Amino acid sequence: MTGGAAGVRDPGLQPERTRLAWRRTTLSATVAAVLAAKQAVHEEVTAAGLIGAGLSLLVWLGFLGVAHRRMVALGTARPRALSARGAVVAAACTVALAAFAVGVVL
Amino acid sequence: MTDFVRGLRLWFSPQRIREEGDTPDYRFSLANERTFLAWIRTALALVGGGFAVDQFLPDLRWGVRVGMALALLAAGALCALRAVNHWARCERAMRRGEDLPVSRFPTLLSLAVGLVAGAMVVVVLFGWSG
Repeated sequence: MTGGAAGVRDPGLQPERTRLAWRRTTLSATVAAVLAAKQAVHEEVTAAGLIGAGLSLLVWLGFLGVAHRRMVALGTARPRALSARGAVVAAACTVALAAFAVGVVL
Repeated sequence: MTDFVRGLRLWFSPQRIREEGDTPDYRFSLANERTFLAWIRTALALVGGGFAVDQFLPDLRWGVRVGMALALLAAGALCALRAVNHWARCERAMRRGEDLPVSRFPTLLSLAVGLVAGAMVVVVLFGWSG
């Protein structure tokens, strides 16, 4: 699973560390998305609240997709650099959650 | 300004990064990626803090609560955008063999976080007792 079959294992464990960084970031995104969903259906369940919760679920799924693809790509001994699209999507998910929060707060 | 536009274009066309210069040691790219992820986590934590202020401090006055939440959320969004920008610029600098870009963003962010934390202390000390 750590790419030992594809070549020599990196003595600094760089791909593993990067994969763990993606895991930590996914966890942070999960916490933020759960807070967002909880905020959306705070007092009573309304149509707008359900839409908000659905949107935060979509954002979370989007982040999960990027993280999963990258973690699979990191399974090789000498992975390629992160694609710009992956970086932009990860940041866009964060900004979307922030924008969603602004909508809820105001 | 033109540098900024060029940087923006860099975000959305990954090939452009690969065309320039030589591919650096993959370990440097991975380190750059981890730094990017650490900034994204910081941004997510700020956004989560914004949610938490709005959700768990309902006794505060509306203006104070919304102001603090908006400050945290804006800092989070800014942090995420800046994370991509910095990642792309570092990646390009490594390919070209240039020095890595320096930035005063960490200073600004820590000042902003310190300001919000100070505001929290003031609010807790005076807002709830008075």
